[in-house]
Amino acid sequence: MQKEAAIREPLILGNKTYHDVTEDVCRPIEGKAPKMWYILFAIALIIGLYGVGSILYLLGTGIGVWGLNKTIGWAWDITNFVWWVGIGHAGTLISAVLLLFRQKWRMAINRSAEAMTIFAVFMAGTFPLIHMGRLWVGYWVLPLPNHFGSLWVNFNSPLLWDVFAISTYLSVSLVFWYIGLIPDFATIRDRAKKPVAKRMYTILSFGWSGRAKHWNRFELVSLVLAGLATPLVFSVHSIVSFDFATSVIPGWHTTIFPPYFVAGAVFSGFAMVQTLLLVMRKAMNLEAYIHTKHVEYMNIVIMVTGSIVGTAYITELFISWYSGVEYEAYAFLNRATGPYWWAYWSMMTCNVISPQLMWIRKLRRSLLFTFFISIVVNIGMWFERYVIIVTSIHRDYIPAAWSMHYPSHIDIAVYVGTIGLFFVFFLLFARYFPVLALNEVKTILKGSGQSYKESPDYHNHH
Amino acid sequence: MSDKVIYAMYGDDDVLKSSAKKLVSNGVKISEVYSPFPIHGIDPIIGVKGTRLGIMAFLYGLTGLTLATIGMYYFMVVEWKMNIGGKPNFSYAENVLAFIPVSFEFTVLCAAHGMAITYLLLNRTLPGMPAQNPDPRTTDDKFVMEIRLSENHGVTEDKLDELLKDTGFVELDKKIIE
Repeated sequence: MQKEAAIREPLILGNKTYHDVTEDVCRPIEGKAPKMWYILFAIALIIGLYGVGSILYLLGTGIGVWGLNKTIGWAWDITNFVWWVGIGHAGTLISAVLLLFRQKWRMAINRSAEAMTIFAVFMAGTFPLIHMGRLWVGYWVLPLPNHFGSLWVNFNSPLLWDVFAISTYLSVSLVFWYIGLIPDFATIRDRAKKPVAKRMYTILSFGWSGRAKHWNRFELVSLVLAGLATPLVFSVHSIVSFDFATSVIPGWHTTIFPPYFVAGAVFSGFAMVQTLLLVMRKAMNLEAYIHTKHVEYMNIVIMVTGSIVGTAYITELFISWYSGVEYEAYAFLNRATGPYWWAYWSMMTCNVISPQLMWIRKLRRSLLFTFFISIVVNIGMWFERYVIIVTSIHRDYIPAAWSMHYPSHIDIAVYVGTIGLFFVFFLLFARYFPVLALNEVKTILKGSGQSYKESPDYHNHH
Repeated sequence: MSDKVIYAMYGDDDVLKSSAKKLVSNGVKISEVYSPFPIHGIDPIIGVKGTRLGIMAFLYGLTGLTLATIGMYYFMVVEWKMNIGGKPNFSYAENVLAFIPVSFEFTVLCAAHGMAITYLLLNRTLPGMPAQNPDPRTTDDKFVMEIRLSENHGVTEDKLDELLKDTGFVELDKKIIE
């Protein structure tokens, strides 16, 4: 049993036993869903279906239904893609990087953060696919022999690197998540009373036994997967940034992009985790497991990554002037003072100023304030991508080609639709899956549980 | 051949651990321990060796790296020297920088999936397999120690009962298995 300092706040509040942990996590799955769940699910489903309908219309008609023009050939599609991929970075970061650093607070949040990651990457993947216009030849991005009708794919292109990065990231995150889920599904399986539920969870739990040897392998597999996933997280958003950084467009051609994108991704990902978990802990009575301390830790991550992002914005601005390249300088001047000034300043306010408020202890421990800031950050991070993408290309080299981007209603519907679909997935997850890595939480109960820490023999045991 | 199995169930991981220590020091071989979560420190007591899955992961990763390298060399250098911006790929070395991202991703892809599949096969945990734990409570809050008489020739059943008596178990179950 691992001990920790007495002044460290306990991670599990109240007087919990191993059985209580099982009960608290399984009860929402076994009981009836609250009315609110059905209401939220219906809303998310309607929005999601509207998005699916819009995608079908888009595929049937062509991507001309988006508000793109000759100058602005990339706008909401790629903005949404990068936004979703960015959000999809927190889950694996929490479960992989924090596992390597042995951060025990991750155990209460890693399951749902990773679910969020997977669903967010699903949504992200939608955009490059539908952006092809002809979805049915989407398999052409894979390296297929020449007699399939085209040449081998171009391995020199960052867009192809992205195909490999995103698909590896998605499938590895999925495997990592599922390996952790197997023992928890076994817990639900062994408690299930209804035959259908029993059957379903038996299939899902793969016949998990809980033998000492299996747990031994389980721990090593988790550790190695974490070791593999850690550089993967950093590589994925670096490669996403290469889509821009390796081009020759002023405003995109920037060496600072990889670290700046990664920091931004973690920043927005944690914000989304906060948004979801603050609601979930309340709705599912998990306040004892996900409490102020967890929220505070995440707010510190938001503050640090937000500061990195802020520094990157200012560095970029300085370098554009210092480089002496007039096109580069103009691209940034135009961002701040041109027709898209409102997007630039929304981004600056949301992403640079708001995380700095987290220096104040009272604010970063306030759940309501955190919820508010998490939404502000997500709006800000959407604007960041919009600013990078649209403002860099809307004023082409020749003033005759200058243009503005106005989203069509299909642009908006597809974007909002993916948010709906994301919540459909997340709500289904919250209803049928163990939202807490309950068996992992049990391993820290004696070391970080409140009742254990406060008991008189905690510090003179053994 | 029929065999008698003793299942000693405990309500706490530390109690099971000290009980296992006591039994092992008296020459008892503990066949298996079932627990809802990994009990740290149980492996050396009951003689579970460390897994070599890490080595497997490395080998799978190496396979992935090799495949990616051969593949890209063939696609981009041998079969068709794709001319991009007037810069064809004449040799692998000239273009190796552009090949690093995909090499890395494919290495991770093969290492992670290869290891995960090996792990599932080794554990015999696959979709639809029946539950393998002796009692449904072992995935909740109970810890079970399994002792097979066939593996303990030096210790009689009565001796085992006596050794187990004061270890603080919550349930003791004996089963004859074929």
